Amino acid sequence: MSGLLDFTALELGSKIQAHEVTAIEALDAVFAQIDKREQKIHAYVTIDREAAYEQAKKVQAKIEQGLLTSPLAGVPVAIKDNMCTKGLLTTCSSKILENFIPPYTAEAVAKLEQAGAVIVGKTNMDEFAMGSTTETSAFGITRNPWNTDHVPGGSSGGSCAAVAANECFYALGSDTGGSIRQPSSFCGVTGMKPTYGTVSRYGLIAYGSSLDQIGPITKNTADCAAVLEVISGYDKKDSTSVARKSYDFTAALKNDVKGMKIGIPEEYIGEGLNEEVRTAILKAADVLKAQGAEVEYFHLDLVDYVIPAYYVIACAEASSNLARFDGVKYGYRAKDFEGLHQMYKKSRSEGFGAEVKRRIMLGSFVLSSGYYDAYYLKALRTKALIKQAFDQAFAKYDIILGPAAPTTAMKIGESLSDPIQMYLGDINTIAVNLAGLPGMSIPCGMDHNGLPIGVQLIADCFEEKKLIQAVYTYEQSRKEEA
Amino acid sequence: MIDNEMMEYIGILAKLELSEEEKDQAKADMQKMLNYIDQLNELDTSNVEPMSHIFPVTNVFREDVVTNGDEREAMLMNAPKQKNGQYQVAKTI
Repeated sequence: MSGLLDFTALELGSKIQAHEVTAIEALDAVFAQIDKREQKIHAYVTIDREAAYEQAKKVQAKIEQGLLTSPLAGVPVAIKDNMCTKGLLTTCSSKILENFIPPYTAEAVAKLEQAGAVIVGKTNMDEFAMGSTTETSAFGITRNPWNTDHVPGGSSGGSCAAVAANECFYALGSDTGGSIRQPSSFCGVTGMKPTYGTVSRYGLIAYGSSLDQIGPITKNTADCAAVLEVISGYDKKDSTSVARKSYDFTAALKNDVKGMKIGIPEEYIGEGLNEEVRTAILKAADVLKAQGAEVEYFHLDLVDYVIPAYYVIACAEASSNLARFDGVKYGYRAKDFEGLHQMYKKSRSEGFGAEVKRRIMLGSFVLSSGYYDAYYLKALRTKALIKQAFDQAFAKYDIILGPAAPTTAMKIGESLSDPIQMYLGDINTIAVNLAGLPGMSIPCGMDHNGLPIGVQLIADCFEEKKLIQAVYTYEQSRKEEA
Repeated sequence: MIDNEMMEYIGILAKLELSEEEKDQAKADMQKMLNYIDQLNELDTSNVEPMSHIFPVTNVFREDVVTNGDEREAMLMNAPKQKNGQYQVAKTI
């Protein structure tokens, strides 16, 4: 049955609909692979085999009765552990939530379940999605399936590693500053951060609410479009949800970029970019050019200010969002304390990891009286300018092309010591969150260590279809090449 | 700029209590981050409105009707301590 694992999610889904494979057999294949690789990779925090088989049996019965016809029905999926799943442990890879069992399911996950998805388990991540390597997890690191001495990226490192190691057929991740796109690049999978407001945040444990967005992590572009089609939609339970005109993203799977205008920001391919990454990115641009796209370089304003603005805004929102963890209603409570106030303080100090505390403190500071204007409002004004810079770029181009990260996957243990150095690795992804844009990372080559390189394509808000069409065309051309 | 007194104050705001060792590290990290963030002062933003949302947002209203079921047991199950169907905390008065 191991041949099953080579199928994409849609290929498997159509085999299941054609009664050539059952949802149970698909799950058997996934668990056999997990038994083989998970000990080394550690992509998952929680796996509930019993619940997965129960779900697979229910789904299979409905398929046989003709009640479930979704192209993803019966296909095993992995969910990042910051999305609530009713009755299934949801930890955010944090000690403070080590025993949290949600009484409800996140909207994006509920939509997958309605489409007949079978949840394999919950994937490892940087604690509260704060990190770029999955090393800040309270439950141990995840290793890159391509080379286990290297990180998978983060914060959705577990989801991306699970897809890359065939320990599921696709996964959900979340992206606040690149947390889907950067690990997708490091793990050689396809990841998309949709336009802000496209996928409901209901049930997603908040980090930076104005930036957070759930998205698909898949084996190819067709799967990505199909998953997005299922999880997207207006949701009144999310006050920033946007009612869009259409959600038929798979209609954009067209092999055609003729006349499409693609801009490459000089700032994204200049100093600080690894040479092998640069070569692979520019080669990807050449492929699109050969298919009829117009490719040119341009100057994107304000790139140097993106990271400082992001960290002020994200940490400010985090300090507010994470105030709910107080040791009263759920999660960890300290053992010894005197009085209520100390109970809060000790529970939080013992329950949160170092990076989370660092960000909560920075956030509390920039929001504090006397510093609010100088830091928080300054960052929001900078965000407005960054948005303007992208508006100007998209007045000229359909797509912006660049790397998803300045390097390939770092060695384990190399990047946590200096926070600024670590944050600088997010330079290519963060602006997309600040401006609310959709962005995708897809594989475009390998470095000399056998580690994947990802190219990132970015479109204007609500232009996912353009993005999918460009990425799909690139993918088809590469297939022909090979 | 970030001295011990400021770190104490941030600890109160953030409801975090750091060990002496953690405090020194946090102070150094915070100073480093703020020096880096100070780059933003190179930008003239005097005529720019702060942008909190990318798209225009309006309040979402609905009738005050309960739509989910009674999840009391499931909610309380997650509480570190509970008594008589309620959350239990340290004595405050």
